[in-house]
Amino acid sequence: MPEADLIKAPIERPADTVIEEGKTVGVPFSDDPKFQLRNVEVFYGETRAIKNISLDIARNEVIAFIGPSGCGKSTFLRCLNRMNDSIENCRIKGSLLLDGQDIYDPKRDVVELRARVGMVFQKPNPFPKSIYDNVAYGPRIHGLANRKSDLDDIVENSLRKAGLWNEVKDRLDAMATGMSGGQQQRLCIARAIAVSPEVVLMDEPCSALDPIATARIEELIAELSESYTIVIVTHSMQQAARVSNRTAYFHLGHLVEVNDTSKVFTMPEHELTESYITGRFG
Amino acid sequence: MTDPGSQAELVRRSLKRRYGKERRFRLYGIAAVSVALFSLAVLFTDIVSKGYTGFIKTTVTLDVHLDGELMYLNDASDPEQMAMADFQAPIIKALQEYFPNATSRADKRELSRMTGSYASNQVRDLLKENPDWLGSTRTIEFPAHDTVSVYVKHAGDPGYSIRLTEQQQRWTDELLSKGVIDTGFNDVFFTSGDSREPSNAGILGALVGSLLTMAITLVIAFPVGVAAAVYLEEFAPGNRLTDFIEVNINNLAAVPSIIFGLLGLAVFIGLFGMPRSVPVVGGLVLALMTLPTIIISSRAAIKSVPPSIREAAQGIGASKMQVVLHHVLPLAMPGMLTGSIIGMAQALGETAPLLLIGMVAFIVEIPDGFFSSATVLPVQIFIWAGSAEQGFVELASAGIMVLLAFLITMNAFAIWLRKRLERRW
Repeated sequence: MPEADLIKAPIERPADTVIEEGKTVGVPFSDDPKFQLRNVEVFYGETRAIKNISLDIARNEVIAFIGPSGCGKSTFLRCLNRMNDSIENCRIKGSLLLDGQDIYDPKRDVVELRARVGMVFQKPNPFPKSIYDNVAYGPRIHGLANRKSDLDDIVENSLRKAGLWNEVKDRLDAMATGMSGGQQQRLCIARAIAVSPEVVLMDEPCSALDPIATARIEELIAELSESYTIVIVTHSMQQAARVSNRTAYFHLGHLVEVNDTSKVFTMPEHELTESYITGRFG
Repeated sequence: MTDPGSQAELVRRSLKRRYGKERRFRLYGIAAVSVALFSLAVLFTDIVSKGYTGFIKTTVTLDVHLDGELMYLNDASDPEQMAMADFQAPIIKALQEYFPNATSRADKRELSRMTGSYASNQVRDLLKENPDWLGSTRTIEFPAHDTVSVYVKHAGDPGYSIRLTEQQQRWTDELLSKGVIDTGFNDVFFTSGDSREPSNAGILGALVGSLLTMAITLVIAFPVGVAAAVYLEEFAPGNRLTDFIEVNINNLAAVPSIIFGLLGLAVFIGLFGMPRSVPVVGGLVLALMTLPTIIISSRAAIKSVPPSIREAAQGIGASKMQVVLHHVLPLAMPGMLTGSIIGMAQALGETAPLLLIGMVAFIVEIPDGFFSSATVLPVQIFIWAGSAEQGFVELASAGIMVLLAFLITMNAFAIWLRKRLERRW
């Protein structure tokens, strides 16, 4: 085979497409918002990672953030429960409201915020403790259960909601780190919902899992969407299409397009969205 | 474009070179380990062969007739008479039972140097406790004189007999054959403090001194070191001041230990007026010396806790404090303990700073508290190794073995603790 053929043809980039800052096509706003985010900008030192994004996240919806690597979707997600606080030289501008209250109010207690806005991470990260202690940790530190029996109930309920109860009910004292990757991730979801949050943020929750475990988590997201607002960052467009009501497409720190998921994947309005979902770059 | 055949040949040739390199590298490693093991073996053989005699004591068992006339004593309960009495005389008399011809002044002097220098004190103490023994005959076991002791232990080695006269050597041989002079396990070594006489000297005082000093060091250095590491790693803002502190801690770890002794002398004894030679001051000085080691290793241990665990806890709404106390510290604890034990082991073997704060004094009593005069194992070994009597040299080697045993016990405990606390994630 001639060597020239082995080198891939350069990816066709719509280089001439100009993104107008702060302009998002589609339907970024909602009548019943859980989060109202206006003119959000995030800086890492001198670098502007998020450029003037405005978006509403509606109550009890599942919204998916998609976009190529480094587009700022994870950074934006982490603003919603101030997980960026621990990163030095990270500054956030704009107005971020949760139920009308400023998330970044200096007087606001971040502990209370995170109890309301839970998070599931890319890699399953159970504590090196027993399965029971993993789920019980949140309720314990927030003082949600006064009696042992209450705590037992919370643990059982959370594990049931996460679809893990039947698999682990006989070995709640076993180390969580001994479970399979998919089980660990579902445990992390159980741990997040054990403190009864109103919102669950998921940062690529399936990227470290095999297709079967992924399918299991996706089912779970569908079940959870009845009672929680879910924001999910994903690299898989099929996943976004399967689990979300709305999809937001990010590009180089801009929010390019937000719309109903079915619309985004069938009739994208912006040409960048179209090139991304048709796989021309990403 | 290269011909595939010749390319495979090239790879094969480079493979050969690579294997050669790997083999050589492995050989270097084995050689290095061998050298280390050999040195260790030489060291241990030397210490054990020189020191095992330190664990053996030589005794002279005599039937002593506690004759009041001989001792110028007619009432053993009278302190004034006791102070004036001659307790050496009955011992010499008892030895003369075996050697009736040794009656001259010179002979008597040589006889008195068969038993240890404190033999007469031993008779006095027995009489003080039992005044009614006066006039009776008692079987008493005396430690042999240092020169007799090394002669017995190194029988046939002329290097160890030069301090005895030929007559004393003859006597010793005869008493040995009669079972009057005997050897046994040196319990004195483990039950008494230092002494001017090797056969009465023991390591217990220094051992207790070391334990007390180490206790102070651990109680001060571990909490302070861990707290400093946690603060620097988790809470301190990343500014110039933090950098400055970090650089200084690293520098402090490289400061010669004698400087810490000077500091202790100037600050604890000079400024705060604390007493000399006491475990509290020794412990404080060693704690200062150990702190940088503990801080550096604790910081490394905290750094090695995966950030995902922190994020997980924060994501549920744990406060900074809870993240540190519930998750970071338990996971970092094994590493912190390892560092602390290394620091403590260093402190245990440290001599120089303790010399400056007076822990080098000659102390007979076994210390009974943090504020009583004491010495520590390495200093005791240092004192003995510099003494003229041959008996002290073997005690020094025996002391080294005790120190090593102490160290190994401490390390074994640390490893056990680490294995217990270690968790995988």
